[in-house]
Amino acid sequence: MTDLSTQSHSPTKRGWYKRHEIALTPWLFLLPGFLFFAVYVIFPIAQSFNVSLYAWDGLDRPIYAAVEGAEITDAECTALGPRARGNPGCAETGEFASTAEYIGLENYQELLGDRNFEISLWNNLKWLVLYLLAIPMGLFIALFLNQTVFGIRLYKSLFFFPFVISQVVVGLVFSWFYLPDAGLLDSFLQWLGFDGLNVLGNPDYATYGIIAAGLWPQTAYCMILYLTGLNAVDPEQVEAARLDGAKGWKMLWYVIIPQLKPATFIAFVVTIIGALRSFDLISIMTNGGPFGSTRVLSFYMFEKALSEYGFRMGYGAAIAVVLFLIMLVFIAYFLWSMYRDERGY
Amino acid sequence: MKSVFKLAAAALATTAITSTAALADGHALSGDLVIFSDMSNPAPRAVMEGMVERFGALHPDLNIELTVIDREAYKTQIRNFLTADAPDVANWYAANRMRPFVDAGLFMDISDLWAEDDFANLESTRGAMTLDGAQFGVPYTYYQWGVYYREDIFNELGLTEPTTWDQEVANCQVIVDSGRACYAIGSKFLWTAGGWFDYINMRTNGYDFHASLLAGNESWTSDEVRETFANWRQLIDMGGFLENHQSYSWQEALPFVVEGEATAYLIGNFAVQPLREAGLTDAQLDFYQFPAISADVPLAEDAPTDTFHIPSGAQNVEAAKEFLRFVVSAENQTMINAGDALGQLPIHAGASVDADEFLEQGFEMLSSNSPGGVAQFFDRDAPAEMASIAMEGLQEFMVFPDNLEDILARLEDARGSVY
Amino acid sequence: MFPRPIEKSSPAWRSGYQALLPLALIMWLLPLLAVAMFSIKPDADFTTGNYWTWPSYFAGFENYGTVFGTWTRTVDGCVGNLWPLVFNDDAFCLFGFGWDYDGSDMVRYMFNSIMITIPTVIGVVILSSMTGFALGVYKFKSNLWIFFMFVAGNFVPFQILMVPVRDLTLDLGLYNTKMGLVLFHIAFQTGFATLFMRNFIRALPFELIEAARVEGVAEWRIYWFVVLPLLKPALAAMAVLIFTFIWNDFFWAVVLTQGAESQPVTAGITSFNAQFRAAYHLMSAGSIVAALPPVAMFFLMQKHFIAGLTLGAVK
Repeated sequence: MTDLSTQSHSPTKRGWYKRHEIALTPWLFLLPGFLFFAVYVIFPIAQSFNVSLYAWDGLDRPIYAAVEGAEITDAECTALGPRARGNPGCAETGEFASTAEYIGLENYQELLGDRNFEISLWNNLKWLVLYLLAIPMGLFIALFLNQTVFGIRLYKSLFFFPFVISQVVVGLVFSWFYLPDAGLLDSFLQWLGFDGLNVLGNPDYATYGIIAAGLWPQTAYCMILYLTGLNAVDPEQVEAARLDGAKGWKMLWYVIIPQLKPATFIAFVVTIIGALRSFDLISIMTNGGPFGSTRVLSFYMFEKALSEYGFRMGYGAAIAVVLFLIMLVFIAYFLWSMYRDERGY
Repeated sequence: MKSVFKLAAAALATTAITSTAALADGHALSGDLVIFSDMSNPAPRAVMEGMVERFGALHPDLNIELTVIDREAYKTQIRNFLTADAPDVANWYAANRMRPFVDAGLFMDISDLWAEDDFANLESTRGAMTLDGAQFGVPYTYYQWGVYYREDIFNELGLTEPTTWDQEVANCQVIVDSGRACYAIGSKFLWTAGGWFDYINMRTNGYDFHASLLAGNESWTSDEVRETFANWRQLIDMGGFLENHQSYSWQEALPFVVEGEATAYLIGNFAVQPLREAGLTDAQLDFYQFPAISADVPLAEDAPTDTFHIPSGAQNVEAAKEFLRFVVSAENQTMINAGDALGQLPIHAGASVDADEFLEQGFEMLSSNSPGGVAQFFDRDAPAEMASIAMEGLQEFMVFPDNLEDILARLEDARGSVY
Repeated sequence: MFPRPIEKSSPAWRSGYQALLPLALIMWLLPLLAVAMFSIKPDADFTTGNYWTWPSYFAGFENYGTVFGTWTRTVDGCVGNLWPLVFNDDAFCLFGFGWDYDGSDMVRYMFNSIMITIPTVIGVVILSSMTGFALGVYKFKSNLWIFFMFVAGNFVPFQILMVPVRDLTLDLGLYNTKMGLVLFHIAFQTGFATLFMRNFIRALPFELIEAARVEGVAEWRIYWFVVLPLLKPALAAMAVLIFTFIWNDFFWAVVLTQGAESQPVTAGITSFNAQFRAAYHLMSAGSIVAALPPVAMFFLMQKHFIAGLTLGAVK
């Protein structure tokens, strides 16, 4: 029907697709990527919200039905559970039903009184604040390396090196570094005449010890962002400022840093994301211990949902939702600044 | 003594063989038998494959498909395959660890098997396999816990195996004075601390109180529990435990025993093999039963049992049941638990124990010197969520004993919400 | 240029700087150098407590040899394998040639990592060049919103996806398979890659596309013959970056796979550690082997790598 009406408007006899090519093509090109993304990312976010309203241990229960002519009912068979099989009146249907039970906001209520959740939240805050140190540290190293002497390119890439290694290896390396007695840190402290320090075994220091390990690759990342940013600093402005007598800190603060704003923005975004996603290092270095003092939300939710003693899917999902809402603040900020940029196009 | 025992075992084994053979003649098994197993380490894997081979030889028409899954991975995968794609036979553990699957109706009730004559020989584990009055699996092996210690260091310090708590504490004082730790422990993954609590609590308050506490029927702030912690604290305060144990896994704590920096280790029999591999000879290493604390409390032990089950979704139930009969038979249990196989203890009363210093002592202890009862283990007897919260508290207690009040209040709180 | 170029400073400053560089580098990489040294120390050094001394002798070959295991040619292990490339419990088979291996599972984990990482990179490159093309070239109403959806999804703390994605993978029968991981990685990385591609395509000269349209070139041909060739440097940069991200992934490897038949090396190295208990020399050697591919990738493709990371940082 639509074909007829549109054809009457069309002067040439091109096909329907041909006429709408420009409007259709982007959708065709978007389709596969969009489908993948929707199925694996967008839809699961909604599902997590849903699961967080249930109590579910991840198990399904077999459904039994009563055999025709038996005295027993379907519901009674299912209620028999594992013994239904031995009852001649019951037969398997081959179907399974989820054991999930709707409990509304109970998971969230439980979170409010959960001491471990509170610890995780605080630790997440520590991560967020201290991880940002990677930005000034990265800038410092970038300034230190921003010279043109022999071999500087090799130095730059070797300084960047920690970022390329997986966090698993970084975690292992640092846990050996912190090893009580045998570790390099302890050996050094003892050599200086101090008492040994079991960083990862002490609930007061362990989180800081892990954050320090995380700062190593993150600083390298920020460094490379700033090195590229420094390349793009306008030399004329620097010279002009020099003529005006600006140098050292003043020059850095009033001339250089404003010009590095795009690099700082990206560094800020990737550092915040990195801090909130922290999981690998904790899992490798302390496994959340000692006595749960190094948990963060992302680790705690994994523990509750999928670890050996966990399998509280709903509770894990509720923790994930909280983490997501925290992140949403930053995502919104990021999208908003991108939106401003786009409007400026 | 031993030869008599072996003779008896051999006689029983023969009857077991004939009875299986008779059954096989009666109605030959056919079709597929799908088995999922978590026996993934090299020695257990060989044992599992050997069992399948021998069972297959008895039933030539049966097509057995064995899938061995990594032991740790299995713990999550079982939750999937029991519903999605159930095998006919699957490995798991006894007691509360099987409760989620029993409650969800995923393990089959096999009380009919347990009513058969041969199963009377498994009486010692009937309790651990029973939930809500029915049996849901069969045991194939278990192993003792106890104190593995450096005999040579004990000799050097002039110490003997303690049988009472006073001797234990006095021994420990001598060891600490010699500059060593009495006990190695690696509590990074928490459960080793659960072993210590099991023993001190069972010795202080007895098996029944312990079982009832882990089942959620006793208060964590009770005087009995406090007494347990007070006893434990004696060893902690005198510096009896390896320092920084919260940073080590159980394996990472082994070298301290090997190098003589710690003289003993409260652990399961699985620690013997790595200790031997690390170079300790049987002359250097010995075993003793955890000493009595309260004289009027009968001794009870931890002996975790590993098991086979039939999922509710099994297709070939007849063959699965026959396989379980085969697994528990005296002959098979003798064979698979031998020192060159699993190196653990058989459950069948008619099976014989391999001539191994530690297996013999363990068997002796569990069969004749554990009148109080046999517990599975902290994290198998308590529900998973309670176990994980509690073991974290136990680890904290070992490092900061002064936090006890706070810890006990927390556990009592968890008891209110978990059960 | 800031800070003031060192060559304009006094000679003392200059040589001071030159001396400081290697010192600073050694301090910076100290933990890593220690591991490298661990990996060539013999076992005996650790049992005697000499952790931080110079190796008593060079044991690199033994240690790395243990990590890689021993390989012998076999014929039987590969009979009946239809795939050209198979790596299972029995043997490693390539076009009918087979090797028996003996020793740690590290080599299998490495193999899994490769079989996960490379298909993911290819998948992401294909999908994101298409989405980037659609969002970068065409003007339509919801363009910006779809773009923002990709960007936002990319920044989500991916833990929120854990429970549903694991269920989905189970339902698809892909739990504990390399394919299950690959599909998820492709989907998730497409968010980041679309951001990357779309911004790059925006910066291309639009006149080229206009000119092609005037000549009546079909839109898909514009994508294939005009835009794609111009995307090559961006695709290379992105591919290197994604390779590193996927190789280093640990979280999803733990959530979606288990055991040596499908786990990548990041997750496998933890079981490797359990296998070798407190054998620091072997664990160090294993860690170094696991870290090597992305490091090699980085040094070979350094220019692309840094271009990729910093795209957008400098406008």
